[in-house]
Amino acid sequence: MPKSIKTLLSGFARSPLLIPFSMLAVLIVFNLIMDPAFFRITVVTNNAGYPSMQGRIVAILNNGSELAILAIGMTLVTAASGGQDISVGAAASIAGAVILRVVCGDETAPTALHASIIAAVLASIGVAMCFGAFNGVLVSVFKIQPMVATLILFTAGRQIAYWIGGGKILNAPGDVFKYFGNNIPGIAIPTPIFITLACIVVIALVLKFTNLGLYSQTVGINVKSARLNGLNPVWIKTLTYIIMSVCVAIVGFIKVSRTGNINYDTLAKDIEMDAILAVAIGGNALSGGKFNLTGSIIGAYIIQFLTNTLYATNVSSDSLKAYKAIVIIVIVVIGSPVLKEYADRLFRRGGAAQGVRS
Amino acid sequence: MKKTLSLILALILCLAMVSSAGADELIKVGIINNPPSESGYRTANDNDFKAAFTQENGYDASFAYSILLEEQLAAFNQFVNDGADYILLSAASTDGWDDAIAAATEAGIPVLLFDRMINNDGYVAAVVSDMAKEGETAVAWLLAQGLEAPAVVHIQGVMGSDAQIGRSGALDAAAAEGKATIVKQQTGNWSADEAKAIVESVINAGTSFNVVYAENDDMAKGAVAALDAAGISHGIDGDVLIMGFDCNKWALKELLAGNWNYDGQCSPFQAGVLDQIIKNLEQGIEPSEKLIINEEKGFDAKELTEEDVEKYGLGE
Amino acid sequence: MQNDIILSMRNITKAFPGVLALSGVDFTLRRGEIHALMGENGAGKSTLIKVLTGVYPKDAGQIYINDDAAGIKSPKEAQRLGIATVYQEITLCPNLTVAENMFMGRGKYKFVNWNKTKRKARRILDSLDIPANPSQQLANCSLAVQQMVAIARTVDMDCKVLILDEPTSSLDEQEVEKLFRLMNELKSRGVGIIFVTHFLEQVYKVCDRITVLRNGELVGEYETRELPRLSLVSKMMGKELDDLSSLKKNDVVSTENDAPVVYQAESLSSVAGVKPFDFQIKKGEVNGFTGLLGSGRSESVRAIFGADKVTGGKITVHGKRAKITAPKDAMKHGIGYLPEDRKRDGIVADLSVRENIILALQVLNGFFKPFTKAQQRRFADEYIKLLGVKTASVDTPIKSLSGGNQQKVILARWLLTHPKYLILDEPTRGIDVGTKAEIQRIVLKLASEGMSITFISSEIEEMLRTCSRLIVMRDRSIVGELRGSDMTQDRIMATIAGGASDNA
Repeated sequence: MPKSIKTLLSGFARSPLLIPFSMLAVLIVFNLIMDPAFFRITVVTNNAGYPSMQGRIVAILNNGSELAILAIGMTLVTAASGGQDISVGAAASIAGAVILRVVCGDETAPTALHASIIAAVLASIGVAMCFGAFNGVLVSVFKIQPMVATLILFTAGRQIAYWIGGGKILNAPGDVFKYFGNNIPGIAIPTPIFITLACIVVIALVLKFTNLGLYSQTVGINVKSARLNGLNPVWIKTLTYIIMSVCVAIVGFIKVSRTGNINYDTLAKDIEMDAILAVAIGGNALSGGKFNLTGSIIGAYIIQFLTNTLYATNVSSDSLKAYKAIVIIVIVVIGSPVLKEYADRLFRRGGAAQGVRS
Repeated sequence: MKKTLSLILALILCLAMVSSAGADELIKVGIINNPPSESGYRTANDNDFKAAFTQENGYDASFAYSILLEEQLAAFNQFVNDGADYILLSAASTDGWDDAIAAATEAGIPVLLFDRMINNDGYVAAVVSDMAKEGETAVAWLLAQGLEAPAVVHIQGVMGSDAQIGRSGALDAAAAEGKATIVKQQTGNWSADEAKAIVESVINAGTSFNVVYAENDDMAKGAVAALDAAGISHGIDGDVLIMGFDCNKWALKELLAGNWNYDGQCSPFQAGVLDQIIKNLEQGIEPSEKLIINEEKGFDAKELTEEDVEKYGLGE
Repeated sequence: MQNDIILSMRNITKAFPGVLALSGVDFTLRRGEIHALMGENGAGKSTLIKVLTGVYPKDAGQIYINDDAAGIKSPKEAQRLGIATVYQEITLCPNLTVAENMFMGRGKYKFVNWNKTKRKARRILDSLDIPANPSQQLANCSLAVQQMVAIARTVDMDCKVLILDEPTSSLDEQEVEKLFRLMNELKSRGVGIIFVTHFLEQVYKVCDRITVLRNGELVGEYETRELPRLSLVSKMMGKELDDLSSLKKNDVVSTENDAPVVYQAESLSSVAGVKPFDFQIKKGEVNGFTGLLGSGRSESVRAIFGADKVTGGKITVHGKRAKITAPKDAMKHGIGYLPEDRKRDGIVADLSVRENIILALQVLNGFFKPFTKAQQRRFADEYIKLLGVKTASVDTPIKSLSGGNQQKVILARWLLTHPKYLILDEPTRGIDVGTKAEIQRIVLKLASEGMSITFISSEIEEMLRTCSRLIVMRDRSIVGELRGSDMTQDRIMATIAGGASDNA
């Protein structure tokens, strides 16, 4: 084997992305066996008379959008604070309520927008950032464990959303509002896919052009050392929670835009657990430190893949969660440090003698 | 000086409270419900009770909200200790009420159930919806539509909930008798998004169907979104019949617009009946029936009127 | 004589990715001897110990205990075979009592009679002359006592082989004395002791034999009295080295008195409990803080850097008033600080060598101005070369480097910021002799180039070799300042002991 290929292979074998990618591959192969038309994509005319892309891959990418966006924020929060934000579902509900409140004014089903959608989204991002800062300050200044700190908003969030909505089901007027959760006329690909892509590009640029990655990892690995190198751990941890909250606001927007109204109780319900799981499947330690954002995003789509696969396999409603749990156990165990080490040893056997002396 | 002043103030405050309690001609009721934020149904239900049990109507009502049995039990015991005249309960769980009901009976406090039943006979009266009947009404309507071969995508609520069990029962029975085919049965957990994903997966699998039977309005909405994106027509004159439950006002408007075909009512209005029962009990008249089933309708899009939407629609 | 051998390791080989840590190493330990295991950082001492205690599986070789082949696969198994280890970092539970720590995790019994246990602990502690109370919480004991408790714990385990991995690196001289008494006591009971240390003096004081490793290979086994220090050092380093003493006093940079003052503090104090003190340092000067452990020398320099919350004081940098309340302020004024506890305060374990090197400069550069990967590599390569850091690549996690190389990386981190004033708190702790001398040379070179340096070390000789001025501390306040001909070991001792004013 040429040396370059071998180093490439061994580099990949040790890469944290190995497990998430192989999981994805297994799911794809399984689906292809079950349904050879798995990758088939058709463009149909939707009921509004515009082209719309259909197919399982499209459905997975579309429906996985919210989770992928949340996985970005959750990864950063995990890296810097060594804990998870469990309030994201409830906070998304708040963000959704704010958006609808702004566009609906004090009506429940107005015939025209009371404010522009952009204003509504900015308002919801603003509100979400306040809650994000609240979580962040609890974690960084008061040193409360992230899960406990965010438990407050987890518990109260949906009630707050309900208050913001005035206790009523708000319905956004017009078709334009729904473009962001469905299709923009003339564009066949569902808009959430673009929004997710935009989020990924933005975070990639942020990581490239700022020190967010280095700082949050340093704080997550060794907070004392971080301080002695001039970093401000309080600010950096809070920053990650604020970034998380922006992700949450975008998710809230996609959610209310999908249906055009809000159900305070079921909007993004239980999504926090899936987001945490995405981070874990992505090969990130939930105790913080080094992170791999690509892994988390792949993790998010793996979860959506799994849901989609289970729908397609006619698993009964009663056992849906049990099947999901089994697959997740397998994924998490395969990705566990113990098995990783074992695989590492297997891989290295025979290559040991070639060890370079230094 | 300041201390004495505040002491006197506190004393006056106490006296005022005692006197207001002393001049009690109001009927003291403790109402235990699920939080109104739970759903549009619950909001309407709570508003109904708040409108009926007012001081003007002769009541001194206290409200407690929780979806947790333990918290509901704590509120229940609190009401018993506070010497409420009646306790109105929408139980979070059917079991676990034996001790509480016994304590209330011992204290001579009648317990009235609404919306949800419990596994205990100690209550005086219950006003509930019959979820199974809702399902039967809906399935009877479906079978009366004269479809050649009804192929149903069945989107269930949260598994094990009363509404899910009741609304699934009739459809399962019809399928077992061969009157309809269920091409897909999956839980959407009351959520529009999940329902949409389920219907998408059916469409992508190429399975043909002509009915969506969603066990609440939100999920019907999600299903319709999937059909719209795939360019499949629905509603009156459409290829797929859309059936929902709960009669939210926005859902009835969909019926009115011809986008949906059927919406089953699950009446949240129980306060009026309970108000009458309590007034009668005060006069010494026992309720004629212990179990009172809410009168509920199913609406066909073809027959629905604007007045119905205003009258029966939940929310605004 | 042959019967006296209790442990022999033959042809031990162990490889890690990219590094052959041990290759065909032999090691022999006899009953009732203290055997020093010597070598530079990365020579393979720690790996050999970890193979012996079952932490790492060996790739090849045999281990015999009392002539029986022993396949040690786990630390538990090693313990069962009578091999006990006391590590440099104390691995006991600080929140349990001394007695609980001594008996924790042993025995098959489900129920414990704590009274009986306490009596037993008391007996062992007394017999070894360890000043600790069995019911005292371990965290309340001094580091030395904690270390001794860890050793006492092994005594009761009926151990045949006791491994002491750098036990003295955080102890002061009296404590080291006590530890040596304890070691000799165990030796007289027939225990074989493997002693890993960097302190040559200590080796010559207590050890019977010395085994030297270099680059994962065995150099040889020697009787201590037959091996002069100089040849020991040259064997460790693999070359004939100028004796350390070649760093003579005349190498010390003597600062002209008219050199400008770089940093000055008046009545500086911090929450760490150091009493308000005055301090100044001139351009190109190397000064030192000395004193016993806990005298406040580290706390003082931490206050200068703003590492602990500063509670008061007036600071001028280059003659201008400055406000330094946090590390970042200090860094902006050109001050660097290499912390005392490398593991806890220095390295960012999971990050690469490259990231660890650029960290401080990157922070100074700002959040929105990250260095490109290429820039980072260039910086890292430059300093890896300059300081001779041994690492597989710039992207290797720093945690997989040996202690001395980790320290060099942290030093590189601060040198990269081109500080005007660099504080080095115990830069040579837990580091092999070669690297120690190297670091001392670097310090002197930097000073000659105009950098002001504060150098702290537990080894007085080292301070005498490098510093031109010594600040002596006792009980968290400055008790004297020595320079020039006053800087002798005796004067320092006298000042620390409190006799300085009498003699002056």
